[in-house]
Amino acid sequence: MLEGRDLACVRGERTLFSHLNFALDAGELLLVQGANGSGKTSLLRMVCGFLTPEFGDILWRGEKIGKARESYHAEMTYFGHAPAVKEDLTATENLDFACRLAGIPVDSQAVKGALGHLGLGHCLHLPARSLSQGQRRRVALSRLLLTRARLWVLDEPLTALDQAALQLVQSLLGEHLQAGGMALMTTHQAVMIPGVEPRLLPLKA
Amino acid sequence: MGGIGGIADFDRMMNGFNWYKYASPATFYTLAGRLIPWFYGAAAVLCAAGLYIAFFLAPTDFQQSEAYRIIFIHVPAAWMSMFIYIVMAAWAAIGLAFNTRLSFMMASALAPTGAMLTFVSLWTGALWGKPTWGAWWVWDARLTSELILFFLYLGFMALQAAIDDPRRADRAGALIALVGVVNVPIIYFSVKWWNTLHQGASISMTKAPSMAAIMLEGMLVMALAAWMYAIAAALSRVRSIILERERNSQWVAQMMEAEA
Amino acid sequence: MNMLQIVNVVLRRELILAMRRRGDVLTVLFFFVIVASLFPLGVGPDPKLLRLMGGGVVWVSALLAAMLSLGRLFASDYADGTLEQLILTPTPPVVWITGKILAHWLVSGVPLILVAPILGVQFGLSGEALLVLVVSLLLGTPVLSLIGAIGAALTLGLRGGGVLVSLLVLPLYIPVLIFGAGAVDGAMSGLGAEAHLSLLGSILILAFILTPWAVSAALRISIE
Repeated sequence: MLEGRDLACVRGERTLFSHLNFALDAGELLLVQGANGSGKTSLLRMVCGFLTPEFGDILWRGEKIGKARESYHAEMTYFGHAPAVKEDLTATENLDFACRLAGIPVDSQAVKGALGHLGLGHCLHLPARSLSQGQRRRVALSRLLLTRARLWVLDEPLTALDQAALQLVQSLLGEHLQAGGMALMTTHQAVMIPGVEPRLLPLKA
Repeated sequence: MGGIGGIADFDRMMNGFNWYKYASPATFYTLAGRLIPWFYGAAAVLCAAGLYIAFFLAPTDFQQSEAYRIIFIHVPAAWMSMFIYIVMAAWAAIGLAFNTRLSFMMASALAPTGAMLTFVSLWTGALWGKPTWGAWWVWDARLTSELILFFLYLGFMALQAAIDDPRRADRAGALIALVGVVNVPIIYFSVKWWNTLHQGASISMTKAPSMAAIMLEGMLVMALAAWMYAIAAALSRVRSIILERERNSQWVAQMMEAEA
Repeated sequence: MNMLQIVNVVLRRELILAMRRRGDVLTVLFFFVIVASLFPLGVGPDPKLLRLMGGGVVWVSALLAAMLSLGRLFASDYADGTLEQLILTPTPPVVWITGKILAHWLVSGVPLILVAPILGVQFGLSGEALLVLVVSLLLGTPVLSLIGAIGAALTLGLRGGGVLVSLLVLPLYIPVLIFGAGAVDGAMSGLGAEAHLSLLGSILILAFILTPWAVSAALRISIE
């Protein structure tokens, strides 16, 4: 359903990768691998539509993502390096607004539940400014519990997470894949999801 | 880095059509190099002709001193500064529509020349105003619009200078140029309105002495000279931009070797 | 999720954020007042002169205050990653962009409109001139937010951001300044302000329709 054809990426003057092809279907997890600076984040940003590839196309359900942006956006969700958490809003407000913008109907119960699941039940009403980096990441990741997106694009989602959160995110991924979803991910850590064999996409110049 | 040797190679791969051949920076570089001397030559000839008309053929206006002859630089410079901005915006539009890097480079190459001509028109306006009307500067509609145009050029150049990534610099500049060109008629209209409303300036550059035909011809010749010069300067500048952007590609390396 | 709901969500979020950062909002307002007060200090307290200048001075100060407030529009969202999430909403970008600009105007523009009459009185404007001043700012400040948004979007993350935005945006503000201040002058001189105000109104409509597209394009360019 997600396809990358003959992709080339040029940043500044360096060609990071070229002639890259990949395909991702329901139930699959694709891990993008490469050294630092090899273009992993750039590839994910291309999949989100932020970055136009120097060459090649990204297709969703057979259509170029540039052509049907809104329907594509409705089916995907992205977690980048920055946790996209507003410092002046509480954890609850952050998650609430994030869900509403993504078109996910939520009520306060659902939000509380999701945040609680990620171990944030005790800081629901604290401004995100007073949360640690790890806690902010967990606020961002709590959206995973409520999202209905088919495609998860995750850039280093497991960094700064403790064991419990790590397990939780991995099991969420597992459930998502089992239910027919798909995920494109970069990570430096080993990913262990029961029943899922991640495919690897190595990036090299 | 194996395989792909540079952006120029991408272009040659991607664009099979023949007119795209000249959209390739490498081919354009050589073409421009051959054209530049002709344009400088044309500019020099036309400028000489124009100045001859200005100093020897145009009648002496009995109301003004000989200093009025500076109008032969002021008016063509003003016309060309406006014209170049429009051409710059056109290149910007082509670049954004077709994603051809050379179009963006042409827009960037034209801006300094346009800015310079605007600057020249402002100074010559002042030099004309002083002996003729007694004031170094008057806030009449045309001079004020020229001043604002100067700011638009500066904004474009400053924006491009502030962005490191060449692709973002190209496209951001293109967008501001297009926004500018849409606004220029609105700005000009509002400045004219403002000028007629505030009765202060009974002196006006636009209420110039009635033009003898020869004067108009002289100004047209000078305008053409400025146009030829602008093309030559822009082509030179575009060649420098091409060399800088493509310095890591094969064709540049080969050319440097051949010249060494 | 229909478009109006998205505008609503964006608006609510922006307003809550502005309320929690009241300091930022108030400093812009104080800047407006200070700048306007500098002019009499510069040209002398002659009431006739000040009355003639009043409309123009308040308008120029409003322009500069609007410039200053543009930094709030996209910069913090760009820094914390929220902007990317906004771009990924399943609605056309012009929708949430309009929401953001509307919120920006409510927070940065409306206070100027409310304080302007006080400044007008300091310059000796009275009655009809004051009313026209307020109406002209009511029509003009949204345009300042709309056009300014283009500059803010193009200069995301650039060094020298604030000054660069000014250079880009102030020339584009000039027609609004001319018609806004001209309206006040028209009211004072008895020539009437209708023409100026209707021109301001047309500019507002034009800007409202066109600028969100330009802002969307600019964001796309800057986010790469």
